Amino acid sequence: MSKAVKVQKKFGMAEVALIFSIAILVVVVAVPVIMIFLTAFFKDGHFNLAGVVEVLKQKDTYLALKNSLIIAFGVTLFSTIIGVFFAWLLARTDIPCKKALNAMFMVPFMLPSFICAMAWKVLLSPRSGYINKMLMAMFHLDSAPIDIMTMGGIIAIETMYLFPFVFLQVSGALERMDPTLEESARISGASLWTITRKITLPLVMPSIVAGALLVCLYSLAHFGVPSILGVEKGIYNIPTKIYERIYASGGSYEAIRVGTILATILVICATLILKLQNVVLKKGRFQIIAGKSMRPVVLKLRGMRWPLFIICVVYLLLTVVMPTVTIFLIGGLKTYGLSFLPKNMTFANYAEVFQMKMTRSAIWNSVYLSTLTAFVTMLAGVMISYVIVKMKVKGKFILEFLGVLPYSLPGTVIALGCILTWSGKFGINLYNTAGIIFVAYIARYMAFSIKSNSAALEQVSDSLEEASRSCGATHWQTLTHIVVPLIRPGMINAFFLIFLPALRELTTSVLLYGPTTRTIGVAIYALNEDGETVRAAALAGIALIIIFIGETFIKGLLARLDKTKRSA
Amino acid sequence: MSAALELKDVTKIFGSVKAVNKLNLTIEQGECFSFLGPSGCGKTTTLRMIAGFENLDEGELYSGGKLFSSSYKHYYLPPEKRDFGMVFQAFAVWPHMTVYDNVAFPLKIKKLPKNEIAERTEMALKATSLTKEAEMFPQKLSGGQQQRIALARAVAINPKVMLLDEPLSNLDPHLREEMRFEIKALQDKFGFTVIYVTHDQAEAMALSDRMLVMKEGVVQQVGGPLDIYNDPANKFVFSFIGLSDFIPVKVKNGQIFVDGGEECGPVNGDIPKNLDPSIEYDIACRPSEIDFAPDGVRAQVVRRTYLGDIVDYLLKIGNVELRVQKPRRHSTAQLGETCHLRFNRLLWYDRKEETASKT
Repeated sequence: MSKAVKVQKKFGMAEVALIFSIAILVVVVAVPVIMIFLTAFFKDGHFNLAGVVEVLKQKDTYLALKNSLIIAFGVTLFSTIIGVFFAWLLARTDIPCKKALNAMFMVPFMLPSFICAMAWKVLLSPRSGYINKMLMAMFHLDSAPIDIMTMGGIIAIETMYLFPFVFLQVSGALERMDPTLEESARISGASLWTITRKITLPLVMPSIVAGALLVCLYSLAHFGVPSILGVEKGIYNIPTKIYERIYASGGSYEAIRVGTILATILVICATLILKLQNVVLKKGRFQIIAGKSMRPVVLKLRGMRWPLFIICVVYLLLTVVMPTVTIFLIGGLKTYGLSFLPKNMTFANYAEVFQMKMTRSAIWNSVYLSTLTAFVTMLAGVMISYVIVKMKVKGKFILEFLGVLPYSLPGTVIALGCILTWSGKFGINLYNTAGIIFVAYIARYMAFSIKSNSAALEQVSDSLEEASRSCGATHWQTLTHIVVPLIRPGMINAFFLIFLPALRELTTSVLLYGPTTRTIGVAIYALNEDGETVRAAALAGIALIIIFIGETFIKGLLARLDKTKRSA
Repeated sequence: MSAALELKDVTKIFGSVKAVNKLNLTIEQGECFSFLGPSGCGKTTTLRMIAGFENLDEGELYSGGKLFSSSYKHYYLPPEKRDFGMVFQAFAVWPHMTVYDNVAFPLKIKKLPKNEIAERTEMALKATSLTKEAEMFPQKLSGGQQQRIALARAVAINPKVMLLDEPLSNLDPHLREEMRFEIKALQDKFGFTVIYVTHDQAEAMALSDRMLVMKEGVVQQVGGPLDIYNDPANKFVFSFIGLSDFIPVKVKNGQIFVDGGEECGPVNGDIPKNLDPSIEYDIACRPSEIDFAPDGVRAQVVRRTYLGDIVDYLLKIGNVELRVQKPRRHSTAQLGETCHLRFNRLLWYDRKEETASKT
């Protein structure tokens, strides 16, 4: 029975897992980032700060930077106002049909913003927008009253589809908040309005800020909306500028170098935002979460009840229903520009999506790439978060540092890093293959996986594992019998958190696709750029259907898992 | 027969703190042994070293004559190979398994034959009165029942040694008392050695054959409950085990006077021969060992509280406060009255020595 492990042999399962985890993150995340910094700051082996300054002094790069910041600021501001308002309205007032409204406010989250931007362009572009034409005819105007293809338009459209980040954070916090905190203010004589201002809002402030910074991070590096609404009018932000430089020059090294400099700025901004978020969350982490039974105080809206309800409905009709319907209608037009009369409509475009080689392969590429990425990234995330959360092993801090890295890498940055790393520089050339999109997706979505799996693992108390060990189970048996079954919901959640966004991914794939490796996002984008608006819309419509089915499927699956767990 | 557990110079260091410092201990087969001490004293760390969740920084650990850990030989047997049963403070029952599966898990891991697994699981469930709940999931059950699952699971493998880490502190008081007897009954039935970690001295007293009192990683005293209660090794142990009064005193003309209450007269009792005149002394006494008497040192009744069967007094001798607890029949003194006190079982301590807590 002396099969005991000798301590001197310092190489147990923990060390192997640690080294393997570090290796994954280094290869997939760290090397591409380092390549970006090297390319940005070194020229012919020399440190080259002058070159960096020169690039930033160019008018178009400087403008792109300025636009990125203005857009991010505007989107963050408006998303916060709208998100907090609706979250409070639905969680803390007696507005009618709460359940239905809550479900509907989740929909903008599902809609790919660049598809919606396409719809809005169709409706509100100054020359041929359907609404603009209608308004001009109705009021006998000489010029279009609304121009969506401006900075304001970009901010408005991004806000419509990014505000759910704030909405979700805040309504979550409001739901979990201990109602006795508000009740004790009430018993002290405060009115509901005072409670809202003095108690409720300050307590959910960390969630508001967290959501707002998430929006800021996302908007700063967002490609889709600015590329559809801005590029035509010469409005660039950093991601679209990088894309333009690289494509205009056919992928020249100099263009890539400019790209890396802009990407470096993105990384710095993102890192600052994340730092800020950590500070806010750490400082403001009140213990406001209570048990299950809660009946929060509800503000009686009285006369405002139905008007506010109508505002919600109109908002949802405008931002969700109208763009979606527009996409499906455009997809059904015989030729773009015709009016939506039955004689002008056809199903041929939708059928064509499944017949054309390009669109068919795009759907296939997206589906298998997302599935594969989600699966691989989910498993890698389980291992990495297990080492971070549960294992006592020397050198863990390296992994903790690397594990945060993916959070601060915008899609454009990852794409550039992958081009630099996987084009044969290290003996592996994945350029123009699906492989390069695959590694880029892994890097892009690793953060989601680590986050979801760590959260699940933190719920599993150490004593549950120790109990298993003291029952005679080995470390490995404990993992398979105890830990994995307990974190399975977190793993499934991670899978879909990756699968669904990957399915409609554009920012990264648009820089990486080759002739045979278009994804759905790229195909829609390319068709739209080529003026094939009708076909683009048809493919977008089908993408929306796939996404919708996917979302409903997870909701159902997670609800069922939750149920079995609760009935347990 | 060799000892159930033998600890030799066991030491654990966290950072710069010695959580456990050179602990030497032998626990015999079938004994019920408690580790008692305030939180952070190192008792749980010791238990976790015995279980194998922490390695020793120094020392050796034997069980049944077999080496389990040794810092000298760089030897360490992982927890799953030690064949101990363990019950945790937070129950640690697996929420995704039924009560039955929880209890059967260690047996399945051992790859026992199916009928033996069934037999032993049912036996363990029966011993903990969980037979009816076998197919339920743990969250549906009360805290007491969840802790019984943990007990059944530990009993099922028929361990030689059972480790219990504050198993009752998450339960409410009356349940705690009931479970205490259940653990004792299980021990009688299966004959395992019990190592019981607790900060509740009453629990330790009620359960243990022997116990150990720890403070800041250092053993203060090892002995039977009565020895420790009646003959505490130092001021800390005295104050940690039960209620205590410490009264500062002065010795004058062969008589004991309360420091700050000389005008109330001398305290009865013998003066030990070995007192050091350069040291200031406290006398120590249990509140229940102080009697009201017709004569003796005078005290004022400041507070009088009924605690059911007993009455709790706060008295003042001069400006020194002390507590006295008496059964109701003997509690004649009323609030504001002056009474006389007689002290039994006086202990003498250096005033500078630390106590466990303020009384």
